[in-house]
Amino acid sequence: MQRTSGFNVVSVALGLAFLYLPIVILVIYSFNASRLVTVWGGWSLEWYRQLLRDQAILDAAWMSLRIGALSATAATVLGTFAAVALTRSGRFRGRLLFSGMAYAPLVMPEVITGLSLLLLFVAAGVDRGFWTVTAAHTTLTMCFVTVIVQSRLIGFDRSLEEAAMDLGCPPFKTFLTVTLPLIAPAVIAGWMLAFSLSLDDLVIASFTTGPGATTLPIRIYSQVRLGVKPEINAICTIIITVVAVGTIASSLAAKRGAVRRAREGLGVQV
Amino acid sequence: MSAPVRIKRPGNSRLVVLIPYLWLIAFFLVPFVIVLKISLSQTAMALPPYVPVLDLAAGWEGLKQFATQLTLDSYALIGSDELYLSSYLKSLEVAGVSTAILLLIGYPMAYGIARSPRGLQPLLVMLVVLPFWTSFLIRVYAWINILQRDGLLNDVLMALHIIDAPIAWLASDTAIYIGVVYSYLPFMVLPLYASLERIDYSLLEAAADLGSPRWKAFWQVTVPLSLRGAAAGALLCFIPVTGEFVIPDLLGGSRSMMIGQTLWTEFFSNRDWPVASAIAVALLALLLVPILVYERLQKRAIGEVA
Repeated sequence: MQRTSGFNVVSVALGLAFLYLPIVILVIYSFNASRLVTVWGGWSLEWYRQLLRDQAILDAAWMSLRIGALSATAATVLGTFAAVALTRSGRFRGRLLFSGMAYAPLVMPEVITGLSLLLLFVAAGVDRGFWTVTAAHTTLTMCFVTVIVQSRLIGFDRSLEEAAMDLGCPPFKTFLTVTLPLIAPAVIAGWMLAFSLSLDDLVIASFTTGPGATTLPIRIYSQVRLGVKPEINAICTIIITVVAVGTIASSLAAKRGAVRRAREGLGVQV
Repeated sequence: MSAPVRIKRPGNSRLVVLIPYLWLIAFFLVPFVIVLKISLSQTAMALPPYVPVLDLAAGWEGLKQFATQLTLDSYALIGSDELYLSSYLKSLEVAGVSTAILLLIGYPMAYGIARSPRGLQPLLVMLVVLPFWTSFLIRVYAWINILQRDGLLNDVLMALHIIDAPIAWLASDTAIYIGVVYSYLPFMVLPLYASLERIDYSLLEAAADLGSPRWKAFWQVTVPLSLRGAAAGALLCFIPVTGEFVIPDLLGGSRSMMIGQTLWTEFFSNRDWPVASAIAVALLALLLVPILVYERLQKRAIGEVA
């Protein structure tokens, strides 16, 4: 029996208000006509116009999108492999070290990860820039993919894979044609999370970047340190909108996919 | 038709282990060894700015000479200088207090979601997760809008005649706590919800039928069953907050720094790589136990350890 008490409703409502109010205020202020952030001067798109003329911000955004897409893709492949290894490979030599390394970046303070990766790149004599940030973000985000994919792998019926293998399907083909479609929603969710984490990261990117590879958070951070600016409100509003639309659309798609699969599943059984 | 043949573990399943394994060794393990090594080096006006530099070409003699030049100077410095010690303590204090506040705010929220109608729960969970997907930096920045001297909070408080003159919210510990609690709330609510949602609430009805008051049933049934979620949420907040840089840098004052800021300053402003590395190693040592406990909980949640 579910019972909804007043206390429960109030605590959820207050918590959500706390989470959303600052974001809503930020969005409203981005349409403020006044240069002074705190004085309301009517609605205006002025700051969005200014933003489109700010080449440095646009370049940084493009840089972040490229790093995000590339590192998320690499992290998804590596993270999915790691998840499969941890759930399907049973015991193998060095498993303890492997699982330790697979989860640790989840909670590792960013300053430590950033510093250690920078020192690695210096020791290896690599020029810092696009590729070093991409490698750093791949390392940071693959563990999130691992956790998401692993929880999905544990939840599903292994007999399908075994049936395919028993019928002579080679293991790699089994993975591609049976396992991968089943875990696809988790793989996609993992990619999206990796992408948004990469887009978001300031600390690790600051350590591992070099000349000519300024990402959007680094650019925003250097502006924010000088004080609140309406243009920053505008770029933040754009990012929030894109992320919100992407998240809602993908979760709706996942839901529809789940419903369809459930129907097909029933059809097979009948 | 022959009987189905068990196919033995194939070669490319080894590759599935090997590729991520090698990546993590190269980009996670090796970097730590390098940090450890540089924390034992000395600062130098050179490129890279530390000595000794390991010269593998010099062979065994080079290695011996390298080993004799290693020093514990950086550790002696962070152990003796008040600045570093107070940074570590401040970080632990901020992480501890804000984790407690997060539990106090997050528990009722997670409980409320877990007891809401089944159909509503996915939507509520998504509403909690959504801010986590939007940029961390943006969410901290949003609070500067609100907390600055002529910002919204002071305007509202003055309009309500609660205060007469604007309060300097920014550059204070209060602002750090607001920023930390705000940014980490989803990390607390989600594991708590996951454990609260699994509880069989007919247990509470049974307790009520047997005459237990509601608060007592909650304390003796619900709380113990949600302890694992609470522990996971607390660690998921406590560990990263201890090393937090962005929040104290943007919202906090300049009088006392958290250890993440101190490391950042040593590295970027003072260009003292050995001291920055020693701070990182000491921070990691400080967090090793919480990290190991967290990993154990994570593996258990995922069903690896019974």
